[in-house]
Amino acid sequence: MESPVKPGLSDNRDFIAGLLFALIGVLAVVLASDYPFGSTMWMGPGYFPTVLGGVLALFGIYLMIRGLRVAERIKGRWGWRPLGFITLSIVLFAATVERLGLVPALFAVLLVSSLAGRDFRLKDALVLTLVMTTIAVLIFPYGLRLPYPLFPGVLWTY
Amino acid sequence: MDVLSHLVLGFSVAFSLENLLYCFLGVLLGTLVGVLPGVGPLVTIAMLFPITFHLPAVPALIMLAGIYYGAQYGGSTTSILVNLPGETASAVTCIDGYQMARQGRAGPALATAALASFFAGCVGTLLIALFGPPLGEWALKFGAAEYFSLMLMGLVAAAVLTQGDPVKGLAMVVLGLLIGVAGTDVNSGMSRFTFGIPALSDGLGFTVVAVGLFAVAEIVANLESRDAREVFTSKVRNLMPTARDLRDSAWPAVRGTALGAVFGVLPGTGAALSSFASYMIEKKLARDPGRFGRGAIEGVAAPEAANNAAAQTAFIPMLTLGIPASATMALMLAAMMMQGIEPGPHVMVSNPDLFWGMIASMWIGNFLLVVLNLPLVGMWVRLLRVPYRWLFPSIIMFSCIGNYGVNNNPVDVYLVALVGVAGYVLAKLECEPAPLILGYVLGPLMEEYVRRALLLSRGDPTVFFTRPISLAFMIGTLFVLFIVIRPVLRPKTR
Repeated sequence: MESPVKPGLSDNRDFIAGLLFALIGVLAVVLASDYPFGSTMWMGPGYFPTVLGGVLALFGIYLMIRGLRVAERIKGRWGWRPLGFITLSIVLFAATVERLGLVPALFAVLLVSSLAGRDFRLKDALVLTLVMTTIAVLIFPYGLRLPYPLFPGVLWTY
Repeated sequence: MDVLSHLVLGFSVAFSLENLLYCFLGVLLGTLVGVLPGVGPLVTIAMLFPITFHLPAVPALIMLAGIYYGAQYGGSTTSILVNLPGETASAVTCIDGYQMARQGRAGPALATAALASFFAGCVGTLLIALFGPPLGEWALKFGAAEYFSLMLMGLVAAAVLTQGDPVKGLAMVVLGLLIGVAGTDVNSGMSRFTFGIPALSDGLGFTVVAVGLFAVAEIVANLESRDAREVFTSKVRNLMPTARDLRDSAWPAVRGTALGAVFGVLPGTGAALSSFASYMIEKKLARDPGRFGRGAIEGVAAPEAANNAAAQTAFIPMLTLGIPASATMALMLAAMMMQGIEPGPHVMVSNPDLFWGMIASMWIGNFLLVVLNLPLVGMWVRLLRVPYRWLFPSIIMFSCIGNYGVNNNPVDVYLVALVGVAGYVLAKLECEPAPLILGYVLGPLMEEYVRRALLLSRGDPTVFFTRPISLAFMIGTLFVLFIVIRPVLRPKTR
């Protein structure tokens, strides 16, 4: 409605949403076909997921058709930069917390997620990392006595 | 009086030193996090949940309830001072609250919000105590068919009545149900949708879904757009409302409470709907509607009372029927299940100390909010000055540790990242996350009930329409759907 030019398919909000729902629905039906379906009286583990997947796919197809008829653009831009850095920071935490210990993992998540912001300032980010790491170490291993090594082999025991 | 003896039991539980402490801690932490700009009650609960996970059931739920109120109240503070609502329920408070703050009357606005909320909270708690038991007793008659139909009605209503596209809402509910049934099937022991990942054999964790959808996705969306905001921090000096403020806001608070109490029980965004409706009513009733939008105190008192009353009565269907009316209640429900409590009418009988202790602590929590908030306003104001570039990495960090801590398994943290990406994409496509979380929480229950109902009826699906209570819920479902489809059927007038 906002612009006279029809948005392309990759920018068509409802079409994309519908496509996602339809794909997930079909995937669910396909995966659920491996589980015994049973009967309406004795429902197997495949019954409910198959029905749900089918319904989801139908909603998806409806949204795709509606998107083609009444095309609406996706509002704003995609925030790939914040999405990338935030996701990366979480993945780094997960990858390092058991191998390198809690402190390096906290450093990784705080520093890398800081990069996702628009007004990134290195000094601020470093101070924040130090302060929040200290707080987190005080709350979790010390306060809640969770047995997470701070560094490989270094446990806070008292 | 039965209610009285129950309340005495409740207060004796809630007034134990330990539980008082957890209630206080919950309210304090909830407000502390909830007041942060851009952090709504859902994110707050999702983030702080892992802390309560290590506690026994009663203090854990008391603390969670405290977090819930604190977050709710903290959100109002942010609305008034920053014009940045943490969630839709407090969006209306922004209109006049923020104008009051601009006129240097932030203090009275905050105090009025606190007092109106407290009043609404007291009434709401009383209503739970009065109506919870009879409703629960009625619900004891429910069989599997009734529960299935009731859940269907709840989910359809929640999907359709939220803001945004009803079809997408329904699709999100179904997606939530699918995610909810992932993991080991209780009846056959079969693994479903686990993709060979052992960590998924218990299904996708509820904190993973909640934090991914409401903290990670939300933060990315906030970072993508930057709004200028003005914080009125130096001007909060005079807290006390004048006698005229009190007189002007008394009836609006009462009306708001009444409206909120009714809407809160209904599925969907009860709190948001009631705060909008009560604002409209006050505007209609006012002798000079022109003042609204320019700092009318009624415009703060009524919606604040309404959303707090709704926040309170939303507990009624959750505690007595096991049906969450909102995404926040879905989180509370999931928290109860993780504590090993099967929600529903049996809770009152099997865990009366928990049920009544929680109700009593709700009142204490509301009381603590007033006591805590008015003197601490200065501190909350200082928190509002915290720049977002410090906030969001800290939230991400707490989300990581919290989710790692649930099972001490890094796979859960990877999954948070995955859900976060999916949540962001869905939000970009304007698919609301709230219906998804409702479906996710109810998924396994619904499957169990539909199985049981159809087993008992020997595979006859008409069972949902021949039992009177179930039929009533089904008619309710169709009615809600009809309201939504009607505008589509009518010829377009645009």
